[in-house]
Amino acid sequence: MILRILSLFVILFAALPARAGVDIQTVTSEGGFKAWLVENHSIPFVALELRFKGGASLDLPGKEGASNLMVGLLEEGAGDMDARDFARATEELAASFEFDQSDDAVSVSARFLTESSDQAVELLRAALIQPRFDADAIERVRAQVISNIKSDLKTPRDIASRAFAELVFGDHPYGRPQNGTLDSVAALSRDDLIAAHQGALAKDRVYVSAVGDIDAAQLAQLMDRLLGDLPETGAPLVGPADLNFPGGVKVVPFDTPQSVAVFAQKGIDREDPDFFPAFVLDLILGGGSFESRLMQEVREKRGLTYGVYSYLADKDQAKLWMGSVASANDRVAQAVQVIRDEWARLAEQGVTQQELDDAKTYLTGSYPLHFDSNASIARIMVGMQMDDMPVDYIVTRNDKVEAVTLEDVNRVAKKLLDPEHLTFVVVGQPEGLPVSQ
Amino acid sequence: MIRFALSVAALIATCLPAWATDQVTTFDLDNGMEVVVIEDHRAPVAVHMVWYRAGSADEPVGESGVAHFLEHLMFKGTDTLAPGEFSATVAKQGGSDNAFTSYDYTAYFQRVAADRLDLMMRMESDRMVNLQLSEDNIKTERDVILEERNMRVENNPSALFREQKNAAQYLNHRYGVPVIGWRHEMAELSREDALSFYGTYYSPNNAILVVAGDVQPDEVRALAEKYYGAIPANPDLPQQRYRSQEPPQLAERRLTYRDARVAQPYVSRSYLAPERDAGAQEKAAALTLLAEILGGGQTSVLVEKLQFETQKAVYAAAFYGGTSLDDTTFSLIAVPSQGVALQEVEDAMDKVLKDFMAKGIDPEQLARIKTQIRASEIYARDDVEGLANRYGRALTQGLTVQDVQDWPDILQAVTADDIMAAARDVLDRRQSVTGWVMAEEVTQ
Repeated sequence: MILRILSLFVILFAALPARAGVDIQTVTSEGGFKAWLVENHSIPFVALELRFKGGASLDLPGKEGASNLMVGLLEEGAGDMDARDFARATEELAASFEFDQSDDAVSVSARFLTESSDQAVELLRAALIQPRFDADAIERVRAQVISNIKSDLKTPRDIASRAFAELVFGDHPYGRPQNGTLDSVAALSRDDLIAAHQGALAKDRVYVSAVGDIDAAQLAQLMDRLLGDLPETGAPLVGPADLNFPGGVKVVPFDTPQSVAVFAQKGIDREDPDFFPAFVLDLILGGGSFESRLMQEVREKRGLTYGVYSYLADKDQAKLWMGSVASANDRVAQAVQVIRDEWARLAEQGVTQQELDDAKTYLTGSYPLHFDSNASIARIMVGMQMDDMPVDYIVTRNDKVEAVTLEDVNRVAKKLLDPEHLTFVVVGQPEGLPVSQ
Repeated sequence: MIRFALSVAALIATCLPAWATDQVTTFDLDNGMEVVVIEDHRAPVAVHMVWYRAGSADEPVGESGVAHFLEHLMFKGTDTLAPGEFSATVAKQGGSDNAFTSYDYTAYFQRVAADRLDLMMRMESDRMVNLQLSEDNIKTERDVILEERNMRVENNPSALFREQKNAAQYLNHRYGVPVIGWRHEMAELSREDALSFYGTYYSPNNAILVVAGDVQPDEVRALAEKYYGAIPANPDLPQQRYRSQEPPQLAERRLTYRDARVAQPYVSRSYLAPERDAGAQEKAAALTLLAEILGGGQTSVLVEKLQFETQKAVYAAAFYGGTSLDDTTFSLIAVPSQGVALQEVEDAMDKVLKDFMAKGIDPEQLARIKTQIRASEIYARDDVEGLANRYGRALTQGLTVQDVQDWPDILQAVTADDIMAAARDVLDRRQSVTGWVMAEEVTQ
């Protein structure tokens, strides 16, 4: 076997002593598969992450939910094993395979012991390459999906997500429910699932990372065996979404004591030169910690919610600045108003030097803390590849945060934050909320 | 396999246990505080946790939710820290912090760069004894916990049912009262209630320090002695955690919960069950394996019979949470297929149990489960925070470090006969609660 190790980076975190290293190797197999690898032989297992670009957005009109049902069936019978044979074989190896999907990707998270890695790879290969889609398995998993969809239709957060997607993404595939509708799932045929499988799992869209007790040569061999028989190309990926942010509040009536709201406006591309200022700005606005303005104003000062957050949503074909909050029906109007006011205040007045400094210390200090287990390093590395980041991003990322100036943040706040078009979808029985449509 | 949407078992930890003893060092401070150090030098990260042997089941009558309320208020400042300054300081170090409350414990933790341990201990030891609370903080934070209850419980029919079910399961024990509290009692919680709970239970001789990550035991010991060791033990700490215990349960209980927000009806059954006790974990080990055999995964007995063979259910599972200070539960759930009535799926579930009791355990299934338990010890080493939680939970729930470390071998030693004997004891309908969760009847 010929193995080319393209590059070996020894990555040291700027914010911490030199012992904080993650040694990322980029590996290319004979068959042309690329992967990022971190070797760690202290625990005898491997964490392997695979991503296939596409996901639910590849579902054709009328076939909504095909990708989800297909992914749910990958471990329900493959090769010469039916669903129960496959489950028993996986248990005997004490391996675990998780198959999941989002709008943009099918994801596979595997972990297996070094001592039985060959057998584990054979099992996973069968699931990816030779799923059987047996009639009884299809009906069994279809019934589970339909049960889940029924539950989603009565869960405030899921109702909000669906209504939001419909409003903002319209006819784009992102506007349709990932799991499909009761009707579309009921109508899916075995041929639809085979087509979804052929379209989704292909060589031209796969990303791989591995961490643990495996070396570059072994990983290259593993990839060729695991992925070598996939089709060369899959279904065409979807194009950009036209985003509709009318502003105001859309209410979806639902009889429950606490209203659940999602809100959003236009976001920013990771490639945009203003991305890092926006990223820092989001942290100050509502990025997850207790220190954010939204947490301070909505929860800490007024007790209107248990949690309020904002984040930059980086979908492949849509960039959004999103957030969520939940408040009792008689208090949600006030929560929405406070969020709107904070949005406008930030756009007009910007942030203080102290806020910027604190945000930077948090972001640069917390970044290395993410790289603390094989499983998390593998997940981060596969995500970086999907976002087309260079392998040295881990080294340069904190410098990019440090380079953000107060002028940058406040210029970007003025430019990007758009209180006029900040659009809310509220599910519940909100009182006193001015409704726009 | 599709992950099931119903979060009916959210409060029961089902994952198999796993420990790696060579990473662990333990010692006590002179004031009685126990210390557990778990080393993992792969990344320069440390998790610093303080666990108190005080949870919702230790609350005074009429003050349900005060343990959790106090947990929130612990972020509201001390003699030297302003409200919110604790978390703000952690964030300025690039760290994150939070806390959680359960029936038997309350725990506070920070995840930081390993060289920030000194600061974390300084602040955590400070709020162990120097909490300052203003009336303003009380009122606002009480609104926050009411919104938390709205989010976790009032908006979720399965959670509302679970509260009713637990109240029926425990005739006399405080586990029948929700951790977050009953709403009407939460709304009345006062500054005095919180400070009284704090004064009674927060002291080094009622706490366990767990530090996990890129740390050396000697370094942790020196810092712990400096910060926590300086706090005197509380001589008035209640000598034992006395809760009223369960009487013999002689009458099966049945509940029907109707809620228009239920889309997918289901049957839930829970049985009162013994927990892991210090030096006597064998029965709990047998029940842990019984839960795996009956409903732990795709090849378990309930799944095999109800999902694959009769297809009466779209989902079936069994759970047992063995780590508990007092009597715990062993529970089952079955979600009927379209067109199958709740009575029918319950009957089918009971038939599976009956046949299982007659037929016994498939030795190959037991062997597979033991293989997975062995492997879980390897996988667990990748999650040092998970290991830290396991020690914290065990030591606040009546177990010792030795018990924690003996547990994997005890699980491996369980025989099929042990499991069947445990099943005969526990699967007794007189000590069970069966609940039907369903949508409201539609009248036209």
